[in-house]
This record gives sequence, structure tokens and C-alpha cells, in this order.
Amino acid sequence: MKKIYILWLRQIKKYLRSKSRIVGSLGQPLLFLIALGYGLNSVFQQAGQGSYLNFLSPGIIAMSIIFTSIFSGMEVIWDRQFGFLKETLAAPISRFNIMIGRTLGGATVATMQGIIVMFISLLFGFRPVSWINMIPAIGIMFIIALLFTSLGTMIASLLEDMQGFHLIMNFLVMPIFFFSGAIFPLQGLPKVLVIIVRINPLSYGIDALRILLINVGHYGLGIDTIVLLSVTLIFLWLGSHFFKKIQI
Amino acid sequence: MNTIIEVKSLTKKFDGLTAVDNVSFNVETGEIFAFLGPNGAGKSTTIKMLTTLLRPSSGNIIVNGHDPVNHPDAVRRSFGIVFQDPSLDEDLTAWENMEIHGVLYDVPSSTLKQKSEELLKFVDLWSRKDNFVKEFSGGMKRRLEIARGLLHLPKIIFLDEPTLGLDPQTRNHIWAYVRDLNKNAGTTVFFTTHYMEEADKIAQRIAIIDHGKIIAIGTSNDLKKQTNTNSLEDAFLALTGSTIREEAVNPNDRMRKMHKMWRK
Ligand SMILES: Nc1ncnc2c1ncn2[C@@H]1O[C@H](COP(=O)(O)OP(=O)(O)O)[C@@H](O)[C@H]1O
Ligand SMILES: [Mg+2]
Repeated sequence: MKKIYILWLRQIKKYLRSKSRIVGSLGQPLLFLIALGYGLNSVFQQAGQGSYLNFLSPGIIAMSIIFTSIFSGMEVIWDRQFGFLKETLAAPISRFNIMIGRTLGGATVATMQGIIVMFISLLFGFRPVSWINMIPAIGIMFIIALLFTSLGTMIASLLEDMQGFHLIMNFLVMPIFFFSGAIFPLQGLPKVLVIIVRINPLSYGIDALRILLINVGHYGLGIDTIVLLSVTLIFLWLGSHFFKKIQI
Repeated sequence: MNTIIEVKSLTKKFDGLTAVDNVSFNVETGEIFAFLGPNGAGKSTTIKMLTTLLRPSSGNIIVNGHDPVNHPDAVRRSFGIVFQDPSLDEDLTAWENMEIHGVLYDVPSSTLKQKSEELLKFVDLWSRKDNFVKEFSGGMKRRLEIARGLLHLPKIIFLDEPTLGLDPQTRNHIWAYVRDLNKNAGTTVFFTTHYMEEADKIAQRIAIIDHGKIIAIGTSNDLKKQTNTNSLEDAFLALTGSTIREEAVNPNDRMRKMHKMWRK
């Protein structure tokens, strides 16, 4: 337990110390909030859908979480290049526990990032239906973060270096974000898109956040939570499976 | 039950290249044993297989009674290691690096504080304990790696070219400490080096390794006798047909620079 804790703590310390990383990774969500949130607000309202900023904010919160968590998971690659990974892999701690410590750390960091974005969107005019619901929403954010940190760890365990990073970002992470209903409503989509959105685990995370924060939803909180938790468990398992195979 | 490391026909192939080629040797409990060989001889690769970090292509290993492939966790509880390549977390302080190591290796927290202080003083880094490792010079990082590696008291300690890049005075200082450890705590020491005099002075037995093969094994005197020479250097020359080649540049440096740019 103490070993998992110290690995968790390491990620948190590193995050809190890299002010440039915290501020830097707020740029993208800010841009989306301002450009899309304000830019498309009137179109959205004319279509009778209410405030676009309110609709968009949970999507942008989720966006900052998946980017941060995939990146945190992929930090295995840096630790490998820098050598610190060896220090943990040769120590008397099981690989499963190393993976759990790292993943909990990465997911905590991503959740903190999501919370920051949630407060920023409040500044821009986002209004949740209930303030209390922000607490279960943070729980959902943490599950989303766990899921994608595990995915990042899995990818990192399969890659030798950062060469494939942009490939992963452009052909995996971006599509996951865009085809999740983060920026558009799920009603009236073409059939193909409906299927893609439905197999995307992030869709359920964003749906759950919307239900809690703006009382608008598609699948229902029960389904969302079940899907999210099951996929997270599968990815944790996959992540640790591939992490165990790493050779230095 | 006096043999603590047993290696039989160990081979490691990296697509096409045979880095370790059918190597067999034993290390006795309480012994100081050295791998002497030039760069690229396969020293680090062998250590990585003994310490569960790499899977052998073929052959058998027993470390402290267990097989690193099938019982990695049991093997990991028996050794400590100082790697040849850097393995510190540069975004943390010297003290934090010691602390993580202590926790990972089950050092009780009171011992951890006291021993870390003692070792950081020993490698002359106590006044810098709260500095980030990224602010350290190469030599300081190396000293910290060594201090960290000595934090817990394992049965076996692996030292992969531990004194590389350190000045002769620091080197002697560290070897004296390791010898004490061997004498007083009975720690088995397995080190690699490409410095002749280090192998000659420190090791009780030496294996000469080149191109992945062990060419000769024995005490320094055995090796001299076997080759009819007067110094280990001449024995080495007689056995391998060449002198030891010099250090090459570390390819990880490039990656590090890229990482720094990325982070900014
Ligand atoms: N991960 C790897 N992939 C491919 N080749 C490797 C790898 N690790 C080591 N080698 C090669 O194996 C040989 C032995 O390397 P190494 O064990 O590091 O030698 P030494 O430690 O004796 O200097 C070298 O030719 C090296 O380039
Ligand atoms: Mg080496």
C-alpha cells in the first residue's frame, strides 16, 4: 500500500511543480470554450437547444481530462527514456502495483485538471443545475481519467519511444474526443455516426456529466456508470497486462 | 548451498545480434565477482537478465534460489542495483529520490531517514539534498545513484560500471565502502567494469567477457598464470587479442534534450 502511495505521490508532486504544464494544458480547453461556446451560441439557441456554453462545458471538461490522462499514462515512455522506470521495475514491488500506483497518480492529476476547467467554465458563464451535483460529477471525472490513463499506459507499454505520439493523438485521441458528443447533441445524427459514438466509451462519460450538471442526457446515468466502470476495468486489466511485458 | 548466482548457457539475442552468447558461471555467497570487458561486451545485458529486467533468449538462471523469469518478485527481494545508465527522477529532489527508493525496498522509515543522511553525507551531497536532480552535474548524479543503491541491505548488490565518470578519489572512497559492506554484512558483490585496476584490486574473481562470451574466469593470479603474463592488462591482451576500447557517447543524451524541449 505504502509503495502504491509513494508512486501516486510522485505523480502529484511532479504535476503541482510543473506550473507551465498546468497553464499550458488549459490553453486548448479555453480556446474551445471561447471560440465554440461563444461562436456557436446563437446558432444553437436559434435551433431551440438553449445555451450552447452550458451544453459544451461538460464536453470541454471531459476533453481536458482525456488529454491529460492519455498523456499521463504515456509518461511511462519518458520514464523509460530517462531511466526511472528501471528503478521501479527492479524493486521488490509487483508490476501490477507499479501500474496501479502510476495510474491512480495520473488519473488524480487529470481529475484536478478537469476540476480547474470546470471552474474556468463557470467564469465564462457555465451554470450547472445543481451545485451539489458537482461532487458526483467529480467522481465520474475520476473514472473517465482512470480509463484513459490505463489506455495511455497500455499504448506506452507497446511503444519504444515518443515517435508514435502524434499518430496516437491525431488518429486515436482526437477522434475519441470529436465522436463522443462532446461538442454536438446526439439527436438526429447520421446512422454511421450514431454507431461510432455508441462504441466510444467517452460518450458515456460525457453523457453522465451532462445528466449531473445540466440535466440533459441520452443513455441514462445507470447505463453510463455501468459502461464506464466496465470499460475502465477492462482497460486497467489491459494496461497492466501490457505493462507487465515491458523489457528494458 | 554456497552458490548464490548460477548461470547456465545464458544467451540473449537482439534481432540479429547475439549480445550474450552461451554464458555459464557461478557466483559464491559473500564473494566479490567482476565482469571485465570492453563496451558492448554484453555485461549490462547479462545484469539485466539476472535482475528480471530482460528475458533471456535461452539458458537458465538461479538468483538466490529463484528463477528470474518465473519468480521475478522473489528474485527482486534479494538484490540491490546501481545501473550503468541514469535511473533517477530528475524532477524530484535528491532526498525524494532516496525516499522513494527506501519505500520501494521496504526500508523502515526511521532507518530510512538516518541512513539517507549518512549516505548523502558520504557522497558529499547532504547540503544539496533539497535540490532538484536536474540541477546536478553528471558526477553528482552518479554519486546520488550510488548512495541510493546502498540505502537498503540486500543479499546481493549489482554494480554496473558504478564509478564511470567519477574522479579517482571518489572512486576509492566508494570501493572502500563496498568492501566494508562485503566484509561486515556479507553482501555478495557483482560488478562490471572496463577498468583493469578496478577489477584487479577489488574483485576476488574476474570473468573476462568479450563479444558476448566469457573467455576466461578466475582470480587475477589465475588469469596471469594461465596466460604467462605479469599484469592483468597483459593477460587481457593475451586472452582477447585487443586492449580495452574507450567509452562511446551515450545515445540517451539526444532523447533527453528532446524531452526538455518538449516540456518547455
Ligand atoms: N535493447 C537492445 N536492443 C538491441 N541491441 C542491444 C540492446 N541492448 C544492448 N544491445 C547490444 O548488445 C550488445 C551488448 O551490450 P551491453 O550488454 O550493453 O554491453 P556492455 O554493458 O558490456 O557495454 C551491444 O552490441 C549493444 O549494442
Ligand atoms: Mg554496460
